Amino acid sequence: MTFEQIVFYSLAVVTIFSSIMVVVQRNPVNSALYLILDFFCLGGLYLTLNAQFIAIVHILVYAGAIMVLFVFVIMLLNLGDTHKLADRLNMKKIIGIAFGLAFFVELLYLLGFGTTRSISQQSPAAPEIGTIEYIGKVLFTKFLFPFEVTSFLLLAAIIGAVILAKKKIIH
Amino acid sequence: MIPLSHYLLLSAVIFSVGVVGVMTRRNAIVVFMCIELMLNSVNLTLVAFSSYLGDATGQMLVFFVMVVAAAEAAVGLAIVISLFRNKQTVNIDDINILKW
Repeated sequence: MTFEQIVFYSLAVVTIFSSIMVVVQRNPVNSALYLILDFFCLGGLYLTLNAQFIAIVHILVYAGAIMVLFVFVIMLLNLGDTHKLADRLNMKKIIGIAFGLAFFVELLYLLGFGTTRSISQQSPAAPEIGTIEYIGKVLFTKFLFPFEVTSFLLLAAIIGAVILAKKKIIH
Repeated sequence: MIPLSHYLLLSAVIFSVGVVGVMTRRNAIVVFMCIELMLNSVNLTLVAFSSYLGDATGQMLVFFVMVVAAAEAAVGLAIVISLFRNKQTVNIDDINILKW
């Protein structure tokens, strides 16, 4: 096994483990911490794909901003093990897990039979594509309009979040 | 070298775990976290295709998915806070005011 393979498979194992732990943990704080571990592993996987810029932005935005927001809300609402009794395995959950497994089998089917020839190695241009320089060039030329539209999306999200989280409006 | 299908398989596993989480968990915040998991698995697919096919479009799409995820988390958590303020719970089984 080469160094690259060792890195990929160990990161993959930790990623799968931590994403399963996100689902099975009872305490939402533990779920959030496992999700942060998951995000760090995904950042490492982006590095193995030569996407340096995406890896850094991923860590900054997800682990740095979104997860802080999640943990903050969990602490704010003081959600401990409040729903321990409701966490038993019941019919709804069994059906949910069955649907998830069915979905996974469908994905496997697509992977195994849809694409008979898999690409075995990365494009030679991959290290160049992942750099900030290249991404910046493409972002501000070919994708300028979508980039500008995202600012409207963020503005709408800010206004929506402020209005929703405001104190209850009395009519 | 790692073939592309291994990355796709990994992201299929993460996406399925996210689907199971959304369908089985009853805590609204954990459901949000599972949605983030699913978004991340799709991001992994996009980056993998981007670097195996030598095209930057996939990485651009990841950038926009991150923006949407940030907006979704902000608005979603604001909704959770206002729901908690009104009903003192984040269990999605107890939140059924729109149910006919």
